[in-house]
Amino acid sequence: MVPEDAAPRPLDRLAVTRLTLSQFRCYESARLHLDARPVVLTGPNGAGKTNLLEAVSFLAPGRGLRRARLSEVERLGAPAGQGWAVAAQVTTPFGEVDIGTGRDAAAGERSERRLVRIDGRPVRGQVALAEHVAVVWLTPQMDRLFSEGASGRRRFLDRLVFGFDPAHAGRLARYELALRERARLLREGSRDDAWLAGLEAEMAATGVAVAAARRELIERLQAAIDQAVGPFPQAEIAVSGTLEDGLGEEPALAVEEGLRRRLAERRRQDGEAGGAGVGPHRSDLLVRHRGKAMPAELCSTGEQKALLVSIVLANARLMTAERGSPPLLLLDEVAAHLDEARRLALFAELLDLGAQAWMTGTDRATFAELDGAATAFRVEDAHVVHT
Amino acid sequence: MNSPEIERLIQLLAKLPGLGPRSARRVALHLMKKRDGLLTPLAEALGAAAEAVRTCSVCGNLDTRDPCHVCTDPRRDQSTLCVVEEVGDLWALERTNSFKGLYHVLGGTLSALEGIGPDDLSIAALVNRARRPEVSEVILALNATVEGQTTAHYVTDRLTECDVTVSRLAHGVPVGGELDYLDEGTLTAALRARRPF
Ligand SMILES: Nc1ncnc2c1ncn2[C@@H]1O[C@H](COP(=O)(O)OP(=O)(O)OP(=O)(O)O)[C@@H](O)[C@H]1O
Ligand SMILES: [Mg+2]
Ligand SMILES: [Zn+2]
Repeated sequence: MVPEDAAPRPLDRLAVTRLTLSQFRCYESARLHLDARPVVLTGPNGAGKTNLLEAVSFLAPGRGLRRARLSEVERLGAPAGQGWAVAAQVTTPFGEVDIGTGRDAAAGERSERRLVRIDGRPVRGQVALAEHVAVVWLTPQMDRLFSEGASGRRRFLDRLVFGFDPAHAGRLARYELALRERARLLREGSRDDAWLAGLEAEMAATGVAVAAARRELIERLQAAIDQAVGPFPQAEIAVSGTLEDGLGEEPALAVEEGLRRRLAERRRQDGEAGGAGVGPHRSDLLVRHRGKAMPAELCSTGEQKALLVSIVLANARLMTAERGSPPLLLLDEVAAHLDEARRLALFAELLDLGAQAWMTGTDRATFAELDGAATAFRVEDAHVVHT
Repeated sequence: MNSPEIERLIQLLAKLPGLGPRSARRVALHLMKKRDGLLTPLAEALGAAAEAVRTCSVCGNLDTRDPCHVCTDPRRDQSTLCVVEEVGDLWALERTNSFKGLYHVLGGTLSALEGIGPDDLSIAALVNRARRPEVSEVILALNATVEGQTTAHYVTDRLTECDVTVSRLAHGVPVGGELDYLDEGTLTAALRARRPF
């Protein structure tokens, strides 16, 4: 007989078990104790529900779910020099981790520097967060994801990639820094070939790695979507961009060399237009509704939302299979926009995945089926009460 | 409110790396409590250092001699130059005891966003040193940051006119990592496994 303590311990799912906010948006301070179950936040408009989701979104690298400036997040009327902060105790498949993050107010009232502490120790740069926490969100603003410009879709895709490949966040940051450096040089009219070539070499090398990671995820994610059953429409997904397309035809080194050459040729144009006319910062995520053989942007609002939910769920299944846990899911006002069959299917799937999905709504009744299966809070006037 | 002398001490301490206003106050208090054992000897040591410290006109090191003790050490290998960003990187490499050549401190990295161009770094001086006949290899020990790698690329380009082989540290250096933060074993390994740029 196998002794009990030798039995393989099931891997812990990614979950926030304690969340503390200070001077964050409408919250002077707040603390939530949680377990691994989904989280339901209900309360009237303006109560502070989305703000809580935004706080969780800062546990991953980036500018959070609203893409706000850090100084904007600070509670209006917060004492000068304090800076907002979010602290969380997080359970992950690799163990427990304490994360602290906030605005570095000591560096100035306007400072946009984000401080990050992991297990009490300051780390340089926020990309280290991706090693511990993956967060994916759906917000009402993303209802227009398919009809607006490519940047929102690209960010959505990159956030999915972070979950599988934490180094993706660092490579994107490097790519963007080199891009901004080059743009500044060109704007100043620099003709320093060696300097520009150095930056273009960096852009090409990191850019190809970024594009390759996106392509790989798209392929595996499509396979996961293909296996899904249930009321959510199946999506056909693809990533399109100079590098991503090139990687389908040529070896990576040739694609890298190609980008380097094209950037060198485009210096004059890029100097006039700003930015860079080619590169993975212009790529797009293409989505089609398989059942209707229709591009996503031509689908109805509800169908578009359902497509997004289906992609997010397939991603969560894939992450569970490959990394031992789905990401944290922040689903702002998602339930309200789904018909009853889909809403119930969503709840069932989230419970089956064991995902800590944070869901908001104005009406507790929307979540009646989750009674007992989720941690529920009532949010009212910037106060959070466990119910 | 403290006297102006004490306030000034606190203000200056707060400018030290790693010290904020609050810890500066704590350090000032500590120093003043240990006036004979710490404050006076520290003041004397600071005065002596301020008097004696020079920037080496050859390599950019900080020392009490110009040229510095590394540059004037006859046992050092004159054929190899190791290029670093800051004096702290030079000291980190010296601690490993595994590099026997000479150094060259650039004084930073290229950064268009921070307005640091080639003329703000000691690149021209490096090219002059590398032109000398006894120099045959230049090792670029620059950080694996975007700025460090761009600078490495730039310096390599400028060195094509000199008769030297250019190599760089093997990737034992983490992305975005700073040399000064690496342990000695990692640095030694990165030096040994250097490869052509
Ligand atoms: N920096 C800030 N300082 C103080 N209050 C803020 C700040 N930023 C936003 N708020 C306020 O926080 C409140 C709660 O916003 P939040 O978006 O969380 O509401 P909500 O509960 O999601 O509401 P809804 O149901 O309408 O989406 C709003 O009244 C908003 O004005
Ligand atoms: Mg809201
Ligand atoms: Zn010297």
